[in-house]
Amino acid sequence: MKEIILIKNGEIALKGLNRSTFEDAMIKNIRRRMAHLGKIEARKAQSTVTIAPQDEFFDMDAASDIVSKVFGVSAFCRACEIEKDMSVICKTAAEYLKNELEGAKTFKVIAKRSDKKFPLTSPEICREVGGYLLSKFHNLKVDVIDPEVTVVIEIRDKNAYIHSAQTDGAGGIPTGTGGRAMLLISGGIDSPVAGYMMAKRGLEITAIHFASPPYTSERALEKVKDLLRQMAQYCGRIKLYTVSFTEVQEQIRDRVREEYSTLVMRRFMMRIANKIAEKDGSLALITGESLGQVASQTLPAICCTDAVSQMPVFRPLIGMDKEEIVAISRKIDTFDISVQPFEDCCTVFTPKHPKTKPNLSDFEKVESVMDIDALVNKAAEETRYEYITAV
Amino acid sequence: MVYLDNSATTRVSEKAAQKALYMMTECFGNPSSLHNLGFKAELEIKNARRIISQALSCREGELYFTSGGTESNNTAILGSVQANKRRGNKIVVSSYEHSSVLEAAEHLSQNGIEVVYVKPQKNGKITAEDISKAVDDKTLLVSVMLVNNEIGTVNDVATIAAAARRKNSKIIVHCDAVQAFGKIPVNVGRLGADLISISAHKIHGPKGVGALFVKKGTKISPIIFGGEQQNRFRPGTENAAAIASFGVAAEEAVKNMAKAYSDVKGLRQRLVDELSRVSGVVINSPEDACPYIVNFSTMCIKSETILHFLEQEEIYVSSGSACAKGKKSHVLGEIGVSDLAADTAVRVSFSTENSQSDVDALIGSVKKAMDTLQKIK
Repeated sequence: MKEIILIKNGEIALKGLNRSTFEDAMIKNIRRRMAHLGKIEARKAQSTVTIAPQDEFFDMDAASDIVSKVFGVSAFCRACEIEKDMSVICKTAAEYLKNELEGAKTFKVIAKRSDKKFPLTSPEICREVGGYLLSKFHNLKVDVIDPEVTVVIEIRDKNAYIHSAQTDGAGGIPTGTGGRAMLLISGGIDSPVAGYMMAKRGLEITAIHFASPPYTSERALEKVKDLLRQMAQYCGRIKLYTVSFTEVQEQIRDRVREEYSTLVMRRFMMRIANKIAEKDGSLALITGESLGQVASQTLPAICCTDAVSQMPVFRPLIGMDKEEIVAISRKIDTFDISVQPFEDCCTVFTPKHPKTKPNLSDFEKVESVMDIDALVNKAAEETRYEYITAV
Repeated sequence: MVYLDNSATTRVSEKAAQKALYMMTECFGNPSSLHNLGFKAELEIKNARRIISQALSCREGELYFTSGGTESNNTAILGSVQANKRRGNKIVVSSYEHSSVLEAAEHLSQNGIEVVYVKPQKNGKITAEDISKAVDDKTLLVSVMLVNNEIGTVNDVATIAAAARRKNSKIIVHCDAVQAFGKIPVNVGRLGADLISISAHKIHGPKGVGALFVKKGTKISPIIFGGEQQNRFRPGTENAAAIASFGVAAEEAVKNMAKAYSDVKGLRQRLVDELSRVSGVVINSPEDACPYIVNFSTMCIKSETILHFLEQEEIYVSSGSACAKGKKSHVLGEIGVSDLAADTAVRVSFSTENSQSDVDALIGSVKKAMDTLQKIK
């Protein structure tokens, strides 16, 4: 019995003449993420992509899990690929779906026949397969309205496929088809969700993290890497830039009035991120800001941080509540990592009463005591990068 | 030396041994220490956890390191019964489990838990039907091994688990996969087990380390207490050297699994073909068993005698499970072989390090033993 994965692509199908580009990008992403599992063969046919393993011990469970997290996949299922012969189809359906059928009371058969030369019509296929399964499984009754198990028989050009219910995919557009953007990531709950959401719209994600040793520890940096490893299951490989931010933070602490310190810090982050993003080929920044969540995320505060960015800043969480963000972070399994208690760059030297309604004009004076360009250049120079992969 | 007792234990691989040495002499910090020497050790453990959970296709948080297969099995059985006592008072285990399962079950039965033992069929397999018959509303746990350690039969744990859950949806399914991990695919989703035991020293890792997979949401109590490590489920300073070394061994095993399997299958075929030509010899392992284990009976020389005869020729095999030390095999009894076959059984177990010449040497010596040694009647 040859088991394969059938992938239905959603939004991609609407891409007209560019469709093939998007499909190829999706297949490339799947190939890359499955490389460690062994060889696969990927075929495109009739708005479906077929992934067929080529190795004996290929882990199909791991492969389905990977497919469920690749953007561009709207739905998928594991299926059995067999020759287009009714007796083989009946026998294989009983064998392939044995566990599901044994545990159910009701079922129905759906046939899809895209090969119109196949001698039987769809209703005839349903009758024959349904009859055969009824004779094999005495626990089963037919229920066409609300069956526990739906047996699907697809008759395509070359082969027939048998599967049960399909699983929803991750949706979206294949990662990387929309260009590259840089995610500012601290280690909290929000930024991984923001990165995930933009990757879903086709962006390739690079990440930038600000580390302030000895105020922040290696474990805090490791936490960020863990978050990225988890995100990489959806976004693919992520390049992580780590900025050594200690000097900037110490200067802010020593020279800037406390209530402005958080926003001055954020403005430095923006400037450094702009500089590195430009070199990296990223066309936008991504942050996990949500309007009004904290003092630095009020509208006036966002105006002040935006003012120092030359490139667009995407804030996909801007209109979301914390609960909504948490729900996504749980879905993508970053929540448990995010809540590990390590100091990060945002929690070092936090002021008691930060300004919530700052004026942009204030900052000229506030920041005039510092050599901004020198600090930004030095931090950018001292930035290191590495690649983070899911496995 | 011809080492054919790899299901008892294996030689530690060069890389795994080097990793252990490095951990013991350089990266020796306590993984819980705040400083970066401790952090480095923590990263090594994390890396091993990542490799092994990837091999099992589980989440990293679902894997707990233990002192080996025995502790994993004990934790699975005692811990899940302890945590779910209010729901029932019965467990179902297959009758040819490893002694670390059977004796844990025995311990429970002395403490008021009803233990039902399900016998394997003649072909050495436990059937879903038999398990299903034994399970009722009061059953807390089912424990069935994936690959039997003495005859190598592979159980269809997925079907067994599904059948057991149909009878009792809350049942916990444990699978001892010690003889399977690293040799055939052990995938937590595919097996459908809530608890899975694995061990390092069967796959060229060090002794004294193993792991227990605990599916997220499974109710289970610890059986060891005293610290924050591993979510308090398995406290105690982690055996970092052994764990890191386990990671290396697992990585090698999984990477080479398909090739090793087909190589070992070839060795098994050669052994079985040759043995079948020796008059009187009976192969106890079924044809579809895991090729890593071949059990046969000479039907004329006591297991222990031939074992010692072979050791003089530097050929190492086993008379059954090493953990049962010389006791007559309970597994062979369970599959219904004759007393004579059980008394004269030999277990050969392969690893990737074996070659055809090992098989040929064994065959030659078995024939010699049968020609020269005193026969029993």
